[in-house]
Amino acid sequence: MITKLNHVSVFVLDQDSAYDFYVNKLGFKVHTDASMGPGMRWLTVTPPEQPDLEISLMAIAEGMMFKKESAAAMRDLVAKGTFGFGVFECNDLLATYEELKAKGVVFTKAPTKEFYGFEALFKDDSGNWFSLGEKAK
Amino acid sequence: MEINEQFPKIYLYRRIVQAKLFIDDHHPENIDLNNISGEAYFSKFHFIRLFKQAYGKTPHQYLMQVRIEHARLLLNQGMPVNKACYAVGFDSIHSFSSLFKRLVGCPPSVYQQNELKRQAEMKRVPLKFVPNCFAENNGWNKEPQFSITEV
Repeated sequence: MITKLNHVSVFVLDQDSAYDFYVNKLGFKVHTDASMGPGMRWLTVTPPEQPDLEISLMAIAEGMMFKKESAAAMRDLVAKGTFGFGVFECNDLLATYEELKAKGVVFTKAPTKEFYGFEALFKDDSGNWFSLGEKAK
Repeated sequence: MEINEQFPKIYLYRRIVQAKLFIDDHHPENIDLNNISGEAYFSKFHFIRLFKQAYGKTPHQYLMQVRIEHARLLLNQGMPVNKACYAVGFDSIHSFSSLFKRLVGCPPSVYQQNELKRQAEMKRVPLKFVPNCFAENNGWNKEPQFSITEV
């Protein structure tokens, strides 16, 4: 039986910029930052209160994982905001929204009371979008 | 509808967020939390209640957590424990060490030892830190420089 998810990938346009976004803006912690040779880096971060879920910030670059055309297509799709990678949770959505906005995070949907919960949507620095919800009280 | 219209008390959140960001930016300094509540135009009691509602911790608990997190980063960079203690705003090694142990689970010196060892290993054998499916997909497991040779 599967018990846990411990790694998930988010494809990013630039790992340095993604590091700044996820660590300095979202407040995530760096778990692993290892050089894998020239121009290659294994970079994972974890949400502050979920140290066992590593989010791998995967560079979309021509190389072993992507062929040239696939990398270009993938970069284009990410930049266009095609992919939504998950749902984050916070204690207080209005406070978190105001804080992230103050730090320059772009929201595509302000906090809204929906029938399924209280939700906002934001984009990372590459264009990937995430839902941000408030923990049920 | 604008967020100000939808949530008329949003200005309260903005003040709380400003207080939180003030703690983030000034945590090594001698912060008087009474002043923060004053700057946020709240009574101390009201301020603490709203802060805890937003962040799950009192301002004091949050300040201590930020200091310990900053200390971890400094220890990761190899800063001696006593220097890290003062650099993040503690004025007693004893109170720093006991709080560090309570929040992190081990004394700062042990934490630093383990972390520096982990970093050295990450440089020496990076493949140990990458799930094999990702390593294979990127061809990293075929790179001779990453072959695992225990010393």
